[in-house]
Amino acid sequence: MEISTSQFKRCDVVKISGRLDSATSPKLAEELARINNQGRFKIVMDFTQLEFISSAGLRVLIATLKNCKRYNRGELVLAGLPAPILSVFDLAGFTSIFKIYDDVLTAVGTF
Amino acid sequence: MKTRIFPGRYESLAEIAEFVTNEAQNAGLNHQETFELETAVDEAVSNIIEHAYGGEGIGEIKCHCLIEDDGIKIVLEDYGQPFDPSCVPTPDIKAQLKNRKNHGLGFFLMCQLMDDIKFEFYHDHNRLTMFKKKKES
Repeated sequence: MEISTSQFKRCDVVKISGRLDSATSPKLAEELARINNQGRFKIVMDFTQLEFISSAGLRVLIATLKNCKRYNRGELVLAGLPAPILSVFDLAGFTSIFKIYDDVLTAVGTF
Repeated sequence: MKTRIFPGRYESLAEIAEFVTNEAQNAGLNHQETFELETAVDEAVSNIIEHAYGGEGIGEIKCHCLIEDDGIKIVLEDYGQPFDPSCVPTPDIKAQLKNRKNHGLGFFLMCQLMDDIKFEFYHDHNRLTMFKKKKES
């Protein structure tokens, strides 16, 4: 898994490529915590290159979403989910709690 | 039947996924079915490492793939503590964010994505058998 982060004026974009599983999700948790610890809580997850996600990855996302939304200070939104990954989100009931956009540009524009 | 043995480490997940998805394609599963199988196997192996072995680097995991006429059977064997995830409460996937638990989704996903799941516990090993049916062509 590769993570690249771009910091914009209104939000941060975190791009993930490869597999997000029990082996790699701690690295994502660390990166998202680093962003939150800088006082930044508006985050777009760019999943266009994401190949796989397990419940370990889903756990990191839900924990970060809760943290971002606390005190109404921000939001973690998702963009560019490949169809098989979107089906896992749907099955886990995540499509009702995350804001999901087709592309990164639209997601960034919501902040 | 093809069998491979993997170290019980999270690093093995990508290799196990490659092994299982290759066999799923040989069995004639489509892209979505293969992805669903990969997800269920990943959850099962992660549970073995976390709960049966209680951590990484403790024991190995034997993975058998059996291609059948109507799908593929995956058998995972470990030598850790018996762990029956069906005892884990079913997550409420309709709950609001504040009431969502961060844990408990793995076994739920396995059950949703596979057509049959069976746990067997023996005195010296545990066996999980899962079956994924392919769409009739």
